[in-house]
Amino acid sequence: MSEYVLEMRGVCKSFPGVKALDHAQLQLRPGTVHALMGENGAGKSTLMKCMFGIYSMDEGEIYIDGARTEIKDPLDALGKGIAMVHQELQPIPARTIGENIYLGRYPLKKALGFFPIVDHKKMYEDAAAVLKRVRMDFDPRQKLGELSISQMQSVEIAKAVSANCRVLILDEPTSSLTQNEVEALFRIVEDLKKDGVAIVYISHKMDEILRISDEVTIMRDGQYIGTWAAKELTTDFIITKMVGRELTNLYPKRENVPGEVVFEVEDFTSINPKSFRHVSFNVRKGEILGVAGLVGAQRTELMEGIFGTRSHTAGKVTYQGKELKINRPKDAIDQGIAMLTEDRRGSGIMGVLSVADNISIASLNQYVDYGIVLNTKKIDDLVEENRKKMNIKTPSGKTLIQSLSGGNQQKVLIGRWLANDPDVLILDEPTRGIDVGAKYEIYCIIADLAKAGKSIIMISSEMGELIGMSDRIMVMCDGRMTGIIDGKEANQENIMALATKFE
Amino acid sequence: MENKENFGQKVWKYVKSNPIVVMLVVVAIIVGFTKDNFFSWSNFGNLMSNTAVRFLIALGVSGCLITKGTDLSAGRQVGLAACLSGILIQKGDYSGRLTKLPEMNMFVVLLIVVALGVVIGVINGLIVTKLHVPPFIATLGTQTIVYGICLVITDAQPIGGFQKSYIDLINYKLGDTKSFHLPLLLFVALLFGAYFWFLYNKTRHGKYMYAIGGNEVAAEVSGVNTTKTLILIYTTAGIMYAIAGWILAAKTGGASTSMGMGYELEAIASCTIGGVSTTGGIGTVPGVLVGVLVFELLKIVLQFLGVNPYYNYIVQGLVIVVAVALDLRKYLAKK
Repeated sequence: MSEYVLEMRGVCKSFPGVKALDHAQLQLRPGTVHALMGENGAGKSTLMKCMFGIYSMDEGEIYIDGARTEIKDPLDALGKGIAMVHQELQPIPARTIGENIYLGRYPLKKALGFFPIVDHKKMYEDAAAVLKRVRMDFDPRQKLGELSISQMQSVEIAKAVSANCRVLILDEPTSSLTQNEVEALFRIVEDLKKDGVAIVYISHKMDEILRISDEVTIMRDGQYIGTWAAKELTTDFIITKMVGRELTNLYPKRENVPGEVVFEVEDFTSINPKSFRHVSFNVRKGEILGVAGLVGAQRTELMEGIFGTRSHTAGKVTYQGKELKINRPKDAIDQGIAMLTEDRRGSGIMGVLSVADNISIASLNQYVDYGIVLNTKKIDDLVEENRKKMNIKTPSGKTLIQSLSGGNQQKVLIGRWLANDPDVLILDEPTRGIDVGAKYEIYCIIADLAKAGKSIIMISSEMGELIGMSDRIMVMCDGRMTGIIDGKEANQENIMALATKFE
Repeated sequence: MENKENFGQKVWKYVKSNPIVVMLVVVAIIVGFTKDNFFSWSNFGNLMSNTAVRFLIALGVSGCLITKGTDLSAGRQVGLAACLSGILIQKGDYSGRLTKLPEMNMFVVLLIVVALGVVIGVINGLIVTKLHVPPFIATLGTQTIVYGICLVITDAQPIGGFQKSYIDLINYKLGDTKSFHLPLLLFVALLFGAYFWFLYNKTRHGKYMYAIGGNEVAAEVSGVNTTKTLILIYTTAGIMYAIAGWILAAKTGGASTSMGMGYELEAIASCTIGGVSTTGGIGTVPGVLVGVLVFELLKIVLQFLGVNPYYNYIVQGLVIVVAVALDLRKYLAKK
């Protein structure tokens, strides 16, 4: 008997043009939480997809309980006790919780003695039992779509548990959870650990990793760097190993000097009574205003309201005393506002188009000759200028944006907005899902923009980022502005106090 | 820097990514060497002028496809334009004349059918953008309406007796028809091809179109007026169908309500064979040309092989399915 429940050795996997995995390895002990860390593109998700049978390995071996095995596809993986909760959940919201849990393996019974039909009674009874195990008190007949994201995630975990899994892969499970929800998830993880399940935990959040994991494996550029016991590790050590060089500061030194108030929002209220209401705030020239709040605080909705992608009933937006009329994004853009959206893939990049097309789309009017012809040279210059300025790693402007890493995609999107030379930049979770090295680069860009006199509004769910980058922090709770804290005085406690100030 | 490929590598890359095109060209060459008259000037001329009309229609529909939409009303719009052109360009002294209007200049008629194309296109665009009806359903509706209008104005009668100058112009051939000649329609097609290439690659409208196809939400957030762009696309399409219909009536020498039936499907299939992706944001004008050319070549090959015309549909259908399956495989393989 091996001491490992599952072991991967010498795993190689290539995609056209990239070697995603280069002799990667992983050893999982039963009843432990094993953190898998690395920058984006380090190969964590690829390795997990090999383990779960979504990708086939070019080279390498998988051992379960010390015995060599092959995993053909996800169904095969589930049969062998491996389950995965994906980074992007893939539930079917229109069906019930029970149906989602037993999707593809519905319990059957024979109607009229021979005709197999789904045994709904058994399915819902089993589902209820499984939900209890993940501390969820829900009717399995309820539609999945009625649940919150974190509850859906618990359902996904329940699904894994129902397959009697021995290895559970959690890929960025907390990226869209609030602090309370994270605590609930950790309780489930502890329960599973006690039952002897080995958990692979992929996350970028250091504090979580150090708190919950027993062992940590670090990867870089598809290669295995090493495995350590979590209690021996420090944040600095992990970052150094992940990045392959020393990172002295998490946040750049800011030299921006906030000037007079230029951008003002007054009494802004959504048409949806449950969304943002009576929000007033202002931003100074050359200031970074952080926006804190829990999931559901309506921060994104408020900004989308200001930017014109959502409707509002009341409220006034002014820039340098002049009222702005904004009904759709184009109006906002024409009046000097830019907004980097939260969902990079959903509302940011145009995946099948080139870097050049993506970076120029919001500013095409500037590259027109004779009133109609686009000047390709000017667009190429724009790409080149941004590539140099922001260190965008792309083979050329013709490369499809979807083939770049998350950090580089984000830089292209920032470039898209800067091309318009906006006065006010709204950045919604600008570093979500981006690795440590690129994060720092993006912080530097933000700091430079503030120094150049831009007014910046930055929504973030990462406390460190808010405290480290903001001149002031506006806190929201349940659609209301609950307070503004000076950046120097901000800490986790005073932000959380305001963020949980429910009526 | 990008890798410079030599010519051989480029050819091989094309063969690998366009197997269906290569296969059909190879079949055509084999047929050409085994059957007489395949490599003849008249056959060549026919292929050119047939392709020309279909190319205009495919160009129209390509914009809809690139923005993840479709236009099922294309064929019936062509039919309506053909019938209306037919009615208005009938000789003044023709016995079966359907209208009491005086004899009209064919170019005035062209303007009239184009105006009608604009109206239908704008309506399609408005249904898609303002009423948010999915393009498939929206244009399915207008397809039926347009056919109905066509039946009403023609009373379902076939239309003939066109002005001679009209027929002569459309069927005009540059050069001797017995040897090397180029139909006028070829130049018309090339002209529109060039115009669309310019539109798609060198204008804001083109970039906005690809952006909408790539990610409509992102385009909207980036300040693209998606409503205006989409309405323009469906309107441009309507104009192209109108021109194609105006040409088609004279090319055939007569018009009837069944004209243009199923053309939308051929156009969509040709675009797909030519690499316009069903997932949106991808497609080029040269690709559309190749797709149409290959589809027309297929028809002529089947004709030369003496295949019972009823089987043509089965073969064409298979080609469409295989082409789309291969196209999708390109993207699946990248996962």
